[in-house]
Amino acid sequence: MLRKIITFLLVTVCFVLQSTVFNSLALASISPNLLIVLTSSFGFMRGKKTGLFVGFLCGLYLDVFSGTFIGFYALIYMYLGYINGFFNKIFFDDDIKLPMVLITLSELLYGVIIYFCLFFPRGRFDFMYYLVNIIVPEVIYTVIITIFLYQIIRWIHRKLVAHERRRESKFV
Amino acid sequence: MKKKTNFHMPSKYVLLFVTLFCAALIFLTYSVDKVSGPIRTVANYTIIPMQKGLNQIGLWIEDRGNYFVDLNATLEENARLQEELEELKVTNSEILLKRSEYERMQELLELKDEYSDYETVGAKVINKGAENWFNTFIINKGSEDGIEKDMNVITKGGLVGIVITVGPDWAQVRSIIDDSSSVSSMMLSSSDPCFIRGDLKLLNEGEIRFEQLENNENEIAEGEQVVTSNTSEKFLPGFLVGYVTDISVDANNLTRSGTVTPAVDFKQLQEVLVVKTLKKQIDIE
Repeated sequence: MLRKIITFLLVTVCFVLQSTVFNSLALASISPNLLIVLTSSFGFMRGKKTGLFVGFLCGLYLDVFSGTFIGFYALIYMYLGYINGFFNKIFFDDDIKLPMVLITLSELLYGVIIYFCLFFPRGRFDFMYYLVNIIVPEVIYTVIITIFLYQIIRWIHRKLVAHERRRESKFV
Repeated sequence: MKKKTNFHMPSKYVLLFVTLFCAALIFLTYSVDKVSGPIRTVANYTIIPMQKGLNQIGLWIEDRGNYFVDLNATLEENARLQEELEELKVTNSEILLKRSEYERMQELLELKDEYSDYETVGAKVINKGAENWFNTFIINKGSEDGIEKDMNVITKGGLVGIVITVGPDWAQVRSIIDDSSSVSSMMLSSSDPCFIRGDLKLLNEGEIRFEQLENNENEIAEGEQVVTSNTSEKFLPGFLVGYVTDISVDANNLTRSGTVTPAVDFKQLQEVLVVKTLKKQIDIE
C-alpha cells in the first residue's frame, strides 16, 4: 500500500514538474520527458505489471492535460512500461548501463510512435527533420536528467524494499 | 516469507484488459464526450493546485536567469528610454488632442467600435504543456468562471489561441503556433483570405505559416498585418495574428504562401485574456 501511494505521488510530482519548472528550463524549446524515465524505470525495476500501471497513470495525466483523446497517451506509455518489464530478469540494482540504455531506447521509441501517430497522418512527411530536431534532442536532454532522476528513483526503490523486508520479517 | 495473495492475474491479461479500457476511452472521447468530464473534475483537485504553486517557482527561475543577462542591457535601455519618454510626452499630448477630435467625429458618423465591447476575463498561464510536440497550455480559469469551449484567447498584442477543453477551475488552450492549429485569416490591406497554420518546423524560428492566399494582383509586402477573418468558424474577426515576413508563389501558380511572425511572444506568455463572446453568438445576432 505504501509503495502504491509513493509511486502515485512520484508520478504526480514528476508530471507537475515537467509541465511547470522543466518547461522553463527548456533548451531550444525542448524539455526533458520525466514520465518516460519513470515508466521505464518502474518497468525494469519492478516488472511488467508495475511498469504497465505506472505507464498508464503517466499517460492518463498527459491525456487529461495535453491530449485530445483520453486514453491515447495512456496506451503508449502503458506498452512502454510493459515492454521494459521484460528486462526485469536481467536487471541488477547496481548496474547503471542497462537502465540508461533502456530509458534511451524507450524515449526514442516514444518519439517515433508520436511522430507516426500524430504527425505523419497530417501530411508531415519529413521524418528526418523531426528526428533530428525533436526526437533526438529530447532523448539527449532526458538522458542527462536521467543521471540524476534515476538515482532518486533507485534510492526510493531501495528504501521501500528495505521497509517491506522489515515488515515481512515481523509477520514471521 | 511472502504473504499469500488469493488472486493473481498474469500480466498479459492485465495488459489486454487495460488496452481494451484505453481503446474504449479513446472511442468514447472521440464519439461522445462523456468520459472526460469526471476525469477533468478529479484533476481539478489534484494536479491543478500543485501546478499553480510550482509554476511560480518555474517563473522565478526564469526571472533569475533573465535578471543577470538583462541587467546591463536594462541600464542602457533605461537611459535611452528616459530621452524617449520626454519626446513621447510631447507627442502624447498632441495625440490626446487628436483623439478627442476623432471621438467627436466618430459620434457624428455614428460608428460603433465593434471589437472594444467584447467581454473578456483575465487568466494566468499555469502549465505550459508537458509535450514537446504540441503547444497547448493550461490557464487558471474554467467553467466556474464562465469559460466555454471555443472561446478565443488573446493578449494585448493579438491572438493567442482557442480554448479546447474546460475543467471546473482550469481550461486548456491550443495556441496558434501549435502544429495542429489552423486559423482562417485575411491580409489587412487587401482582405484576401488565407489560412494561418502552426508548424513545428518553424517554431524555433518563432514563426508560423500562411497558406492558400490567392495569387492575384494585390501586392503583399513584408510587414503586412494578418488578422482573423469574418469567415472563420470559431475565431472572432479582427484580431491581429501577426506580420508577414516572407511570401512566395506556390508551385500551382494559383496560391501564395509564406511565413508570419506572430504578434504575441509565446515564450513570455504569462497572462492572457479570454474573450467571453463566442463566434456562434455573433453569427446568430
